[in-house]
Amino acid sequence: MNNTLDEVAEFSDSGQQKSDSRSRMAQGLLFVILTIAVLVAPFFLYPVFVMQLLCFALFALAFNLLIGFTGLLSFGHAAFFGGAAYFAGHMIKVWGFPPLLGLILAALGAGVLGLVIGSLAIRRQGIYFAMITLALAQIVYFFALQLPFTGGENGLQGIPRGHLLGVIDLNDPLAMYYFVAAIFMAGFLIIYRIIHSPFGQVLQAVRENEPRALSLGYNVDRFKLMAFVMSATLAGLAGATKALVFQFASLTDAHWQMSGEVILMTLLGGMGTIFGPIVGAVTIVTLQHELSSIGSWVQVVIGATFVVAVLLFRRGIIGELARILRLPSL
Amino acid sequence: MLNLILAQAMLGLNNGVFYAMLSLGLAVIFGLLNVVNFAHGALYMTGAFLALILYSYLGVWIGIEDLHINFWAALIIVPILIGALGILIERTMLRWLYNFDPIYSLLLTFGITLVLQGLFVNFFSASGTPYPGQPESLRGVVDLGFMIFPKYRLFAIGFSIVICLAVWFIIERTRIGAMLRAGTENPDLVKAFGINVPLMVTLTFGFGTGLAGLAGVLAAPIYSVGPLMGADLIIIIFAVVVIGGMGSIMGAVVSGFALGLVEGLTKVFYAPAANTVIFFLMVVVLLVRPAGLFGRQS
Repeated sequence: MNNTLDEVAEFSDSGQQKSDSRSRMAQGLLFVILTIAVLVAPFFLYPVFVMQLLCFALFALAFNLLIGFTGLLSFGHAAFFGGAAYFAGHMIKVWGFPPLLGLILAALGAGVLGLVIGSLAIRRQGIYFAMITLALAQIVYFFALQLPFTGGENGLQGIPRGHLLGVIDLNDPLAMYYFVAAIFMAGFLIIYRIIHSPFGQVLQAVRENEPRALSLGYNVDRFKLMAFVMSATLAGLAGATKALVFQFASLTDAHWQMSGEVILMTLLGGMGTIFGPIVGAVTIVTLQHELSSIGSWVQVVIGATFVVAVLLFRRGIIGELARILRLPSL
Repeated sequence: MLNLILAQAMLGLNNGVFYAMLSLGLAVIFGLLNVVNFAHGALYMTGAFLALILYSYLGVWIGIEDLHINFWAALIIVPILIGALGILIERTMLRWLYNFDPIYSLLLTFGITLVLQGLFVNFFSASGTPYPGQPESLRGVVDLGFMIFPKYRLFAIGFSIVICLAVWFIIERTRIGAMLRAGTENPDLVKAFGINVPLMVTLTFGFGTGLAGLAGVLAAPIYSVGPLMGADLIIIIFAVVVIGGMGSIMGAVVSGFALGLVEGLTKVFYAPAANTVIFFLMVVVLLVRPAGLFGRQS
């Protein structure tokens, strides 16, 4: 009991409050920078490239909700990213759904997939959790490869962008860009809200000390599963949006290598930070873009980056920045 | 129909050889190091490539065109080389992560997988190169009564069973194995007895990866040698390990062979499910017995 009281006292300590408010100011500043960057980017960079960045950044943010704030390493997130791309593609192209409805339903579909995979995977902990999610995601991959309506190796091509709310023509690059930007910002704010809600606090308690959270009366498995479903839904939103941008749901989006890439983005940017996954995603996608001329050496570079990040740089870019600036979170 | 079933069972058992040998190595490493070696599949692939290189390329590279280091020599040389590579990985990288969450070592070995895979994709055809060095004595076929079976594949099944039993014997019945098991239970106490635990850890990792190299050589004459041959395999191996439970050596071997068999039989009854049947079995095991068939319930 004394312990808890001490911690409460420590928490309300004025030093803590000061660094808390500094942290909040820094976060606010970064948020303003992010918003401005997202708004003006298409005037300086190729819009499709920026849209790709935003989709992967949202994917990494969704993934971070799980690894960074719940402490669960999913090695199967490509199943939600790629799966939702196929869902959206099929609904929009074959069933003629409007784009916004297609994206939302695809994200929800990924959430249902997350419910199935998550409820199986949380039966084991730690390293087994990672292996199980990887194996289950492989089932989704084989479905994407073998089912009659997925286009097999070629993927699902020629998804029409259509009209947003029946009015705005998404074939216009700028209209499409601001639609994607709005989805990204909405996703970012939802995740920020989840992290800072009482629910998010419980998730972090589970990450820090699972037995203790359990002993305090929290149904740990249910919290883990809810976090998993939310993360899967948002990862699905990112994948579905990417499919609409490129008008193409590709098999590589569902491949285990994609699950690995999103881990790397999050790790490199900073697991458990708020802005890290965005920085990580931008770094990796830009790297792949710039290095595309060296062909399959890209994979070697990505692998080596992984090794270096794990060995020397576990806090990630934003995590290191926060440490240097002595901020508790960024 | 019965003949067809038996024939597919034999082919399934043949895949089971590699499931068993790889999950065995993974289990040995996990037992002592608490590390899940994602690079196990990539090291198996590297082993197959080394066998190919020793036979087809090395002679050309060093200017002696007639030099073909044969299969039997590769069966000894390659596991040593891969084991040495494993030791290098453990000494220079993996050991720095023992104090952190085990997911970091999984991620490290994942990165190593990408590097190895990327390197071989650059130098060799992604679709695979056949290994021409299959020994003369193992060419041809045997009539098993219900099917004609390649002699080499029969050899591979027999050889791997011998290897698996030998590893089981070393770990469960010898003094070295006893030290290893003690190190798994309580490394500090074993250290207090004057046993060099860090060295034991390094050698165990080398041994486990050496087994992956051996499996690679064994696979070279059966499958075509390609950079991606280990990638999809490692995920199946993970499922095998989840089904069997990583606690026991015998569990890893038995579930490896058994799942190969199941996969083969699935080809008879519903071929499209053959890719995924092991993963679905994993789901069933997770629902019924989450610790795995041979795992200790915690």
